[in-house]
Amino acid sequence: MSISVKTFASSAEAASALSGDRTARFMGGGTLIMRAVNEGDQSFNTVVLANDAALKQVQPQGDRLIIGAGVTMAQILASRDLDFLHPVARAVGGPAIRNMATVGGNLFAEHPYGDMTAALLVLDCQVTLAGGQSSALADFLRDRDREPRGLVASVSVVRPQSGVFKFRKASRVKPKGVSLMTVAAWVPQSGGRISGARIAYSSMGPMPMRIAAVEQALEGATLDETGISNALAAATNGIEPPTDAIASSWYRKEVAPVHLKRALLEG
Amino acid sequence: MSKKPVQFTLNGDNKAVFVEDGQNLLDVLRRGVGDLSPKYGCGQGTCGACTVLIDGEPHLSCLTLAETVEGRSLSSTGGLAQGADLHPLQDAFMRHFAAQCGFCSSGMLMAAKALLDRNPNPSRDEVVEAISGNICRCTGYEPIIEAILDAAQSGAGRRSA
Ligand SMILES: Cc1cc2nc3c(=O)[nH]c(=O)nc-3n(C[C@H](O)[C@H](O)[C@H](O)COP(=O)(O)OP(=O)(O)OC[C@H]3O[C@@H](n4cnc5c(N)ncnc54)[C@H](O)[C@@H]3O)c2cc1C
Ligand code: FES
Ligand code: FES
Repeated sequence: MSISVKTFASSAEAASALSGDRTARFMGGGTLIMRAVNEGDQSFNTVVLANDAALKQVQPQGDRLIIGAGVTMAQILASRDLDFLHPVARAVGGPAIRNMATVGGNLFAEHPYGDMTAALLVLDCQVTLAGGQSSALADFLRDRDREPRGLVASVSVVRPQSGVFKFRKASRVKPKGVSLMTVAAWVPQSGGRISGARIAYSSMGPMPMRIAAVEQALEGATLDETGISNALAAATNGIEPPTDAIASSWYRKEVAPVHLKRALLEG
Repeated sequence: MSKKPVQFTLNGDNKAVFVEDGQNLLDVLRRGVGDLSPKYGCGQGTCGACTVLIDGEPHLSCLTLAETVEGRSLSSTGGLAQGADLHPLQDAFMRHFAAQCGFCSSGMLMAAKALLDRNPNPSRDEVVEAISGNICRCTGYEPIIEAILDAAQSGAGRRSA
């Protein structure tokens, strides 16, 4: 089956082309979708592109930042407004991938990818579709693979106070490799105690996810080795990490507390 | 299957080709334009052998939809040497034995060129980072890193070509 490519000037037109066609896929940077095209993937036969400048914009709005879905990891690294996301963008692929890979595409990346999505999950991310509808990222991910797919126009995140946001990606290939476990953490403190922590992993399940057991165990704890011990003990409560070429499920579970600890105390 | 006309410059020369829907840039460069310098290693973005510069930035041509390079400026390893004069990076690769089978070299050279064009005096860590998306099965990377650092010292980043 041959692929047909449709390019639109606006994201609204691209969204309407997607909404009526279950066999159509939007292309962001193409790092994943072009793999599928090259491999002759039969699950879609139309690729939709949008040359809409708004998809590439980063805009501050109050205490939040709106990041266009077409913003690449390289653009994030070049943006001073998004300095807190630099360690995350730098952890995605090599330089060529970062020039291509978009934030929007990362929301749809399957295991073992989704490093940026894990970070967005703890930054109170709202996802806005081209039609204007918004939802919390966690809710968006739950329905992510439902067809026909909507077109994500932008995400918005809160700008963290310094020291609140932590990110760590563990991989077995240096300097860069696929994630063994990625941890993103939002650990605000009040009176020396953690209050309202948000923790997310990627590469520890079918898609990036918040880890409620760890968040609960951190509530009221001090951010030091003794204080986080209950959270470390709960590091993999209720989750069944995947086995892949990088690591077995057992291994991921065994090392999860180590990487969680490093993220919380050194991230 | 429909064909679309696409125009771009490759190593300073104007090119006009017809591309098929869904065709990737690597295929167009190799089969459509006849530039065999970017290599097909994996077609999946993992090896970096197909790296070319688009408007000066490294991209994986196997994952680039060909029609999206309309009006853009591309560079490949094929444009590095000036006649018989090797580019300082190519010269350093030769002196440091940074190419054994040579399959990765084209991608390594373009990744290195992108780095030196932006940062003429990179640290070793910056060199390692710049080639982190490129796989070499032969050299163990050290000779490649040494060659890039050596080329930087000899002013490769200040040369415009
Ligand atoms: C060699 C290599 C290394 C990689 N390393 C990493 C890594 O370290 N970490 C990581 O997280 N990922 C990694 N990836 C995966 C991928 O590059 C990233 O996840 C990237 O952010 C995907 O974005 P994209 O724009 O390229 O997606 P595309 O390939 O364009 O799209 C991917 C999917 O998302 C959908 N999509 C894209 N944009 C939108 C939108 N705006 N609205 C609706 N649907 C959309 C597409 O339809 C498609 O289904 C790697 C990939 C490769 C090839
Ligand atoms: S052929 Fe493009 S990265 Fe391997
Ligand atoms: S020289 Fe053979 S792959 Fe690098």
